[in-house]
Amino acid sequence: MTTTDTPGTTADVPRARTAEAAGAPEAPLSAAGNPIGFGRMLRKEDARFLRGQGKYVDDVQLPGMLHGAVLRSPHAHARIVSIDTSAAEAHPKVRAVITGAVLETLNLAWMPTLSGDVQSVLCTDKVRFQGQEVAFVVADDHYSARDALELIDVEYAPLPAVVDARKALDPDAPLIRDDLEGRTDNKIYDWEAGDAAACDDVFSRADVVVTQDMVYPRVHPAPMETCGSVAHMDPVSGKLTIWTTTQAPHAHRTLYAIVAGLPEHKIQVISPDIGGGFGNKVGIYPGYVCSIVGSILTGKPVKWVEDRSENLMSTSFARDYHMHGEIAATREGKILGLRVNVLADHGAFNGVAQPTKYPAGFFHIFTGSYDYAAAHCNVTAVYSNKAPGGVAYACSFRITEAVYLVERMVDCLADELSMDPAALRMQNLLQPEQFPYTTPTGWEYDSGNYPAALTEAMRIAGYDELRAEQAALRADPDSTSMMGIGLSFFTEGVGAGPRKHMDILGLGMADGCDLRVHPTGKAVLRLSVQSQGQGHETTFAQIVAQELGIPPEDIEVVHGDTDNTPFGLGTYGSRSTPVSGAAAAVAARRVKDKSRIIAAASLECSPDDLEWDHGRWHVKGDPNQAKTIAEIAMLAHGTLELPDGMEGHLDAQVVYDPPELTYPFGAYISVVDVDKGTGAVKVRRFIAVDDCGPRINPMIVEGQVHGGLADGIGMALMEVIAFEEDGNNVGGSFLNYLLPTSMECPSYELGQTVTPSPHHPLGVKGVGESATVGSPAAIVNAVLDALQIRHADMPLTPAAVWRAQQGNPIRTDLAIV
Amino acid sequence: MQVPAPFDYERATSVDHVLTLLAERPGDARIVAGGHSLLPMMKLRLAQPEMLIDINDLTDLDYIRVDGDEIAIGAMTRHAGLLSSALLGEHYRIFRDAERVIADPIVRNRGTIGGSLCQADPSEDLSAVASALRATVVIQSATGRRTVDARDFHQGPYETAVGDAEMLVEVRVPIRPGAGSAYEKVERRAGDWAVASAGAFVQLDGDTIKDVGLGLTAVGAPHFTCVEAEEALRGQAASAENVAAAAQLCHDACQPQADQRGPEDYKRHLARELSRRVLTTSIARARGEQS
Amino acid sequence: MQVTMTVNGNEVTEDIEPRLLLVHFVRDVLGLTGTHWGCDTSNCGACVLWLDDVPVKSCTTLAVMASGRSVRTVEDLAQGGVLDPVQEGFMQEHGLQCGFCTPGMLMTARWLLDHDADPDENTIREAIAGNVCRCTGYENIVRSIRWAAAHADGAEQQAAPATDEVTA
Repeated sequence: MTTTDTPGTTADVPRARTAEAAGAPEAPLSAAGNPIGFGRMLRKEDARFLRGQGKYVDDVQLPGMLHGAVLRSPHAHARIVSIDTSAAEAHPKVRAVITGAVLETLNLAWMPTLSGDVQSVLCTDKVRFQGQEVAFVVADDHYSARDALELIDVEYAPLPAVVDARKALDPDAPLIRDDLEGRTDNKIYDWEAGDAAACDDVFSRADVVVTQDMVYPRVHPAPMETCGSVAHMDPVSGKLTIWTTTQAPHAHRTLYAIVAGLPEHKIQVISPDIGGGFGNKVGIYPGYVCSIVGSILTGKPVKWVEDRSENLMSTSFARDYHMHGEIAATREGKILGLRVNVLADHGAFNGVAQPTKYPAGFFHIFTGSYDYAAAHCNVTAVYSNKAPGGVAYACSFRITEAVYLVERMVDCLADELSMDPAALRMQNLLQPEQFPYTTPTGWEYDSGNYPAALTEAMRIAGYDELRAEQAALRADPDSTSMMGIGLSFFTEGVGAGPRKHMDILGLGMADGCDLRVHPTGKAVLRLSVQSQGQGHETTFAQIVAQELGIPPEDIEVVHGDTDNTPFGLGTYGSRSTPVSGAAAAVAARRVKDKSRIIAAASLECSPDDLEWDHGRWHVKGDPNQAKTIAEIAMLAHGTLELPDGMEGHLDAQVVYDPPELTYPFGAYISVVDVDKGTGAVKVRRFIAVDDCGPRINPMIVEGQVHGGLADGIGMALMEVIAFEEDGNNVGGSFLNYLLPTSMECPSYELGQTVTPSPHHPLGVKGVGESATVGSPAAIVNAVLDALQIRHADMPLTPAAVWRAQQGNPIRTDLAIV
Repeated sequence: MQVPAPFDYERATSVDHVLTLLAERPGDARIVAGGHSLLPMMKLRLAQPEMLIDINDLTDLDYIRVDGDEIAIGAMTRHAGLLSSALLGEHYRIFRDAERVIADPIVRNRGTIGGSLCQADPSEDLSAVASALRATVVIQSATGRRTVDARDFHQGPYETAVGDAEMLVEVRVPIRPGAGSAYEKVERRAGDWAVASAGAFVQLDGDTIKDVGLGLTAVGAPHFTCVEAEEALRGQAASAENVAAAAQLCHDACQPQADQRGPEDYKRHLARELSRRVLTTSIARARGEQS
Repeated sequence: MQVTMTVNGNEVTEDIEPRLLLVHFVRDVLGLTGTHWGCDTSNCGACVLWLDDVPVKSCTTLAVMASGRSVRTVEDLAQGGVLDPVQEGFMQEHGLQCGFCTPGMLMTARWLLDHDADPDENTIREAIAGNVCRCTGYENIVRSIRWAAAHADGAEQQAAPATDEVTA
């Protein structure tokens, strides 16, 4: 294990209180056996989940509740000639049939997307992707609602579809967004970063230039729970309550106020237990809006929960980046420059969720973990007749695509130079003394010791032995399998804001936190972020425990309810710990500062005479003259005379605006075996060394990494949403959209280094997406290493591997013909 | 969630009861056993039977037993039963090989051999097994029982020899002393339908192939087999060269269709590669060289 | 039509449509929302419960098919407020994150351990291959089931942490 402490800019950055952080003391244990602070702690939320008592959106049952269902287009591009709803309306259990025409009268037929575009709620003119929302039925029960969908008669006039992003800008390409004033083609934007001229100069002088086209195909987060909502507009109070699958309840509330013209103070968004999100539950979907409208029209609560096909075919996809990479280097393997041109397929509406300043998200972090003389990227985004969305599936705002690009390009360069890919990486990694490091595209990495992480991964893997085994296997003419070793080194930027640079639809990416210590010393922490399985109820209690010495079982974490939590932008982009974790720590420190003054008033001494010791203040040199945090809490709520200007109670409210992103990183190595005769890939080993700074709860951190590694296996080997020429989606159910099972996943081998962030109050960096970002390239690199082929696109199904061997690779973004 | 359209439901108490119900509702009724193929199609409303006849109470059709010189398998035998059967394991390893890779353990608890064969999916694994073993299928109607060769049972995708008022009740496999058998499947992921699969049995007479059966699924092989390859091997030496030549015939004879599991050329390649492998393994097992 | 079955030891009789799926029967008619659903095609395993003591996928099973039979759901695992060892194992080894696949996974795991008291890693991986988890990457689920196998008698359950105890 390697530990690297970078000096902090904040005076009181605590050292990690995990067993793993060298020399740091372990947190003391509470009477219940939990660490009062950082350390392995079993999760509080498990008690209900294990008993089947979680409360997910589809578990919500309200008196008189009605059920909605969405009619969707079978065509990818077609003008609607007519819609006849009369038979559906005549169904005895149908209460309302809503079409785009009905919504137009309410000015709700279109809604703003998270990227300043508009999206159809229910179609009024033409459908633009297969699965687009056309009508909404409200009925007494779910079965009747689905039956009534069959009774709606829609006449479509099909139009030619754009499904191949590379043809979207052809002069004769069908115009998709004729709803937008003055639009004549399918381009959404051109955007660039870096210095093109400097890059040209570097490339013109380089010994070696390697180019490679690659596709990061369209994939889907596919959380086990699909999206849904239960909307209840109380006709008497005028209050809208919506239980919904959202990772960002406060942002949703504001958007509902904007979309529906409802007063924001009369909207309560409740995000109950969420069955996985991975970015899929950031945006607002037409079904949510329809459930609200259904409730307004009927005066009853309306539940809408999509089925799996609806989830895969209409909600936020991920990736769909067509990339042309070029890397320049010396003959000795010193990397000099990197440039990339991206064709980004955004689907029919630009619905990506990312900060306004960054239309391609954080893709321009594509220089990754290496030092360059120059770099440049251009991203051209286009409309196509596919579902909208874009930033989803644990991608860290497009850093997944960026890491995949650079880690593939480095392997292509290693192949060109006949160098070992580990040695080439080691030669070019940023060095510890270069931090804080500013990349050629303007990112300032906070801290890192990259060579240490790669060295550790290679040690765990037994890298040299693996290469020797591979050489022996390659020399054996009778071997029936090929062995591949793949590396990936990633740097992520997580924890968006700062708010001055980062927003969603103008809402700055800062998050609030409200900490109240009640008279008996038990605390309630209210957060704007929302867990989808990350274990916030445990981790955030540990943060407060660490700062205040209150046992974590005595700290209740409240989240997912806009009426009961402070405003904030929610959980995605690995931002909960970097942003709200900091907010919780700062709030606890404010409470602690106040508790010191109250303790001093009570002990009749100066606050400066007090010393903190695990949840109590005592007089320096006299440990018996002390007040515990619980005693102080009672005093704060009692009759003790407080110093001038100090209010009673023991509370703090914080809005945390992160000064910068944090930059977790890691070194991954995978070992695969490929069946020579069938092309089938088996992941034999996966070694992941992650550095996310100190680990608040190492058990939860490891769980996050495990899940991301499975995501990487899924994307690298099986997950894809492809389309036929007419826009038919061939990944629209779990029969064809394949998620990895226990059989494809190996037993992971994890390691860590610890490099705290200098600007985060706890030094922590966030880890939720690290493994999803870093792992696909390691697996693809391993498979290609086995095949001794420069490149083939994901997913590397048996067919794709075999075809790559034949020199006739499959184009994975299109349906196989 | 997708839900089926309304239908009538009857729970059958006997095969005769099934046949009576079928006769009462010609063309409208479907038999449901495990339901894991039929119900998803009904949820998509691709199938809309007006009546379902539930045969899960017909537990007397859940058996695997020796009957004369054949093994008789009742139509209601679940996949899990086929996988765990010591009798099948003793005579035909092909069943265990195949069942380990059919769907997943939970689905195997419910799905039946009768349902699988009657669903007649062109990628169904047990259809290839039945074809490889030249099994026969017993079909019962009000007028009695008839027996159909497994290779004549499937009459096209999702079409079988079972008539509107008939029911598959049993599958019979000839016992072939000393035979070795094997099954191999390529799938994109555990539990997926086959990209391609092959199954075989081989009976040896010394080093000569006395009898052989081949089954292929998901590759558009007529009748889930390749008779040209079988004929090429029968009476020939059990050599790698002969096996490879027969496998090439499988490659040439099949007519796969491209889908998301793979393009046509790859499936054709797999027909050769997998038939070569299962023949090789079957020979090794017949020789007692491999478990 | 009228159905009568035993659910978690209690006899229930309800009048239902023949097309009602078993998962909807337990969730919406009986209010046992611990059983989830994640797909329509029997591919994910979130809906696994026991029918006559065998785990089945209730999204592709009709409620009428369960009439006269017994059904067991996740709500029946903990007895007398004491977690089943398999539930305890999932807590001890962090075998769940979002909790959505967990009930189905627990029902599959409990059945496995009832039939193989000491399964090795490969046996466990094969047994849960029909239960998809999107959060854990399966590593900790395998460890959880191993934990349960090693603590089959529940003797070491005093290691349970103080958490928000939920009583049924």
